[in-house]
Amino acid sequence: MRTVGEPLPLAERRAQEERLRAVWDNPSGWRYWTSVNNYQVGLWYASAAFGFMLFAGVLGLLIRIQLAVPGNDFLSANAFNQVFTLHGTVMMFLFAVPIFEAVAIFLLPPMLGARELPFPRLGAFGFWSFLLGGVFVCGSIFFDAAPSSGWFMYPPLATGEEGVGADIWLLGLSFIEIASIAAAVELIVGVLKCRAPGMRINLMPLFAWYLLIVAGMILFAFPPLIAGDILFEMERMFDWPFFDASRGGDPLLWQHLFWIFGHPEVYIIFLPAIALMAMIVPTFAQRPIVGYSWIVLAAVGTGFLSFGLWVHHMFTTGLPQISLAFFSAASESVAIPTGVQIFVFIATMLAGRVTFSVPMLFGSGGIAIFVIGGLTGVMVALAPFDWQAHDTYFVVAHLHYVLIGGMLFPVIAGVYYYYPLIDARRLSQRLGRLAFWLMFVGFNIAFFPMHLTGLRGMPRRVFTYPGDLGWDWLNLISTVGAFLFAIGVLVVVTDVLRPKHGRPRGEVNPWNAGTLEWITEPEENWGVRSIPVIESRYPLWDQETLARDVNEGRFLLPDAEEGRREGLVTSVLDARPIQVQRVGGTSCVTIVSAFSLGAVFVALTFHWWLTALACGVAAFSAIVYWLWTGTAEIPEKPEKYAGLGLTLPLYSSGIVSVGWWAMFITMVGDGTAFASLVFGYFFYWTIHSDFTAGLEGPGLVWPLAALLLFAIAWSLMIAARFCNSRAMTRVMRICLISSFLVTCAGSLAGFWGPWSYNMDPTSHVYPAIVWILVIWVLVHAALGAVMQLYCMARSLAGMLTEEHDMDLHNVVLYWHFMLIAAVTAFAVVGLFPLAH
Amino acid sequence: MLIGGAAIWLSVVALLLYAIRQERRRFSEAASGKLILWGGGIFPSVTLLLLLAFGLWQMPSLRPAAQAATAGGLRIEVTGKQFWWSVVYRRPEAAPIVSANEIRLPVGERVELLLKSDDVIHSFWIPALAGKVDMIPGRTNRLSLLANKSGSFRGPCAEYCGTSHALMAFSAIAMEPAAFREWLEAKARPADGAARSGQRLFIQNGCGACHRVAGSEAQGAIGPDLSHLGSRATLGAGILPNTKEAIARFIADPDAIKPGAKMPAFHMLPPQDIEAIADYLKGLQ
Repeated sequence: MRTVGEPLPLAERRAQEERLRAVWDNPSGWRYWTSVNNYQVGLWYASAAFGFMLFAGVLGLLIRIQLAVPGNDFLSANAFNQVFTLHGTVMMFLFAVPIFEAVAIFLLPPMLGARELPFPRLGAFGFWSFLLGGVFVCGSIFFDAAPSSGWFMYPPLATGEEGVGADIWLLGLSFIEIASIAAAVELIVGVLKCRAPGMRINLMPLFAWYLLIVAGMILFAFPPLIAGDILFEMERMFDWPFFDASRGGDPLLWQHLFWIFGHPEVYIIFLPAIALMAMIVPTFAQRPIVGYSWIVLAAVGTGFLSFGLWVHHMFTTGLPQISLAFFSAASESVAIPTGVQIFVFIATMLAGRVTFSVPMLFGSGGIAIFVIGGLTGVMVALAPFDWQAHDTYFVVAHLHYVLIGGMLFPVIAGVYYYYPLIDARRLSQRLGRLAFWLMFVGFNIAFFPMHLTGLRGMPRRVFTYPGDLGWDWLNLISTVGAFLFAIGVLVVVTDVLRPKHGRPRGEVNPWNAGTLEWITEPEENWGVRSIPVIESRYPLWDQETLARDVNEGRFLLPDAEEGRREGLVTSVLDARPIQVQRVGGTSCVTIVSAFSLGAVFVALTFHWWLTALACGVAAFSAIVYWLWTGTAEIPEKPEKYAGLGLTLPLYSSGIVSVGWWAMFITMVGDGTAFASLVFGYFFYWTIHSDFTAGLEGPGLVWPLAALLLFAIAWSLMIAARFCNSRAMTRVMRICLISSFLVTCAGSLAGFWGPWSYNMDPTSHVYPAIVWILVIWVLVHAALGAVMQLYCMARSLAGMLTEEHDMDLHNVVLYWHFMLIAAVTAFAVVGLFPLAH
Repeated sequence: MLIGGAAIWLSVVALLLYAIRQERRRFSEAASGKLILWGGGIFPSVTLLLLLAFGLWQMPSLRPAAQAATAGGLRIEVTGKQFWWSVVYRRPEAAPIVSANEIRLPVGERVELLLKSDDVIHSFWIPALAGKVDMIPGRTNRLSLLANKSGSFRGPCAEYCGTSHALMAFSAIAMEPAAFREWLEAKARPADGAARSGQRLFIQNGCGACHRVAGSEAQGAIGPDLSHLGSRATLGAGILPNTKEAIARFIADPDAIKPGAKMPAFHMLPPQDIEAIADYLKGLQ
């Protein structure tokens, strides 16, 4: 493969550009909103997340007004509780996590030298789901129906909460969590499979590394919460007693599941912001980052450690001291990789020469704030200190120092840094400095006194407090600071939103950065004009003619002859080009799917069962239509010329294809949720001397029969794939149909076990957890059966053939996971009671 | 810890500012790499190890094991409720003494507390005496307390427990051991000198369905025990001064004082009746 092509005549270049522009163009009018292009979706996503942040910020100000003076009656107790619950919930779920997804969807393709992410429609689907779920959750407060049990929703308070508030929280956020997982799948596959040729994994921009880690963390952190949400909602809707101590449940299970999610969540929020810093600092130091492998290892280490810390949120629940000691130690140790990351930035600045600008101002101000949060974090990680500080304003101060210093300031630094990519103009330096000082000073005035308020014994989440305890003047100072901070945020918003047509366009790479995203021209929608071949970590610094060559179309895929949106799929480690992938274009199927699926969750909240069913059918049909028309398409020719002497296939299946990876990653997340439910089963076993409470189990025969039948169904799927690859179409169809029938039989057997023994899930937690495991498998079996029918239909329609077998590969992969789930579930519910 | 923290913060920020300001490239890549190793790796590892060792070494003395000796076998069982505290003094070979929203302790003697809840999660905390311990339905947590000097300390509920979480507190009063035992003996007997007319109204209006007053027909167990209400330091779980007027106000409209409280309002009673009941309750010394 040559590294750069010959220059093309101008006329031909223009013709290529015309074709590319037409292919990647956005629709106009109202159809603009059906766009799936990563720039549009990223921008909408980020704007929506910022909108939710401002909304939650206003809620924060309401809290500060209420607490400005003791005994205030500005808000009622009930209103205050809704406000603080929503403040935390919205900031965490609708701003802090989605903003990273938004930025990633916007930045990742140009940074990797890709045209698009591998599944643009999935990205758009995620955005619309997020928007709908977010509006639903936020809107509830205007109807006095917002959740009021805190963003952590501890049962039994939250399971017993009256009204629909808690259901809105559970269902609205579950919906958003699903969207987050969808985004994680898309980002992981994007980073692993869609890099520019030559961008080996150790040449990847640090931002991509961080996103890979964070998306991986989402995959393991969110599913436990989804599992918890399922148990929680079953208790609220159908009175299954998972958290009810009087029927064998335990409120602490929720705390475990919540914090197994909740602590990694902090790093899911923090790491992408550090990733922005890792892009900004080298640019302003005008040199490559010092210690690339240090910072990557530190980020990976932080990711791993963050899953072993959750119990430090539970130091006061009365767990044995030995486990407190273990989790104290683990919590302290996470400070080490965090410290390494900060010192990498300092070292890079020391080794370079820093030009100072607004992004650096926000970045270094953020570090100064974050370090305080880190130091108080070290304090509260010590159990004896935490026994006093836990659930006081000390922790409120700590978490705001961590999140605002470690996330908000770097994100605003990122806004100032990357704004020229949106509009080809820089934001105002003058307003930027003003905003920074207002925010920095306001923040410290607001939150520093809270350390003291907390040490003086003020608990969190109180709507009022007595005036004689020495908390009053501290609270007043905090309120003043909060408003100063808010004015600073308002300055940033003004700067971003004010019209800038009068100002001259700046150059394409105003900061003289070294990474690929700075090649793209904001007014073109195609990402990169041609996909370059990369040889270094900072290609714009090291490959002098790169920008020119890219824009003259001298690299790969400079044209769109067939009028299709195309991207390059490369190999995971060394980024060898292996396929030209055609990605989905503009479509309203994403909006229809997201809204009908969202309507299911809304309807469930209000117990409108029939509406939920109808919307479920609509969502199902929309998704099947989407898959049928938009995926595993058979190209008109087997391969195409991509430029630079490379001819690449247009279709691939199995482990080299992006679809296989997406299925694999999704099922890992799905398996984690299932593992969390199994954890619940054994958790109940550990806390009771007889966890069955003398109740009948599902017996041995039926669970084992189900297990056997699912194993047969799985083997038939393997046989189907084998026959298909040998062109034995008829045998393949027979295998598929018999596998479908065996799946139905296995599901019936699985159901019959607990049913025939009259296991009543409302009587005790033991039947309830058995039913949940069984239902989990049954739902997955139903999905598996649908997939079998889908493959059958594709085969009959001639869309699944010997060479074009992507669907079958992915479905068999699903069935591998299905088999693991079925074997685990039925072995546990059938055999474990015997061992006991 | 505070001084160490401040010192670390100052040095990091100073280094950061220096790194931004320095004009010439005085540092080679190797030197900067060393900085990462020492500043980000070795220094925090050593410091954190020392800090952790100290913290873990402190733990057993701050939270002694449950079987530690308790004063005369006395155990205090505290149950968190929305939004008040039920307190039962359990003594070996004597009837339990039931009270609410106030805990008395002997100075200089270790007392074991059994912490429970029968509705939602609360958290028991006397900042001046010890760290907090959650009260979780279905579980019994233990806490051993030692008051070193006499005095009255405020204890708020530390785990968010619903609408009036902010209005759930109690007083912990540490007394000299002799005075404590005397107090315990006195509270084992019904209060005397009660106003008769108020007592009649109290019973007539059904207050006894939820509240207990030792030595009377009122034997309810849903609301706080009122046997010696008049002698408690505060009213309504640490939110009002214990005066006759405050009691009357609470009876008339509990929800206005403590939103979400389970007690119904009694403002339909004639004011003089409410006053008589308040008089009676204040008299239960």
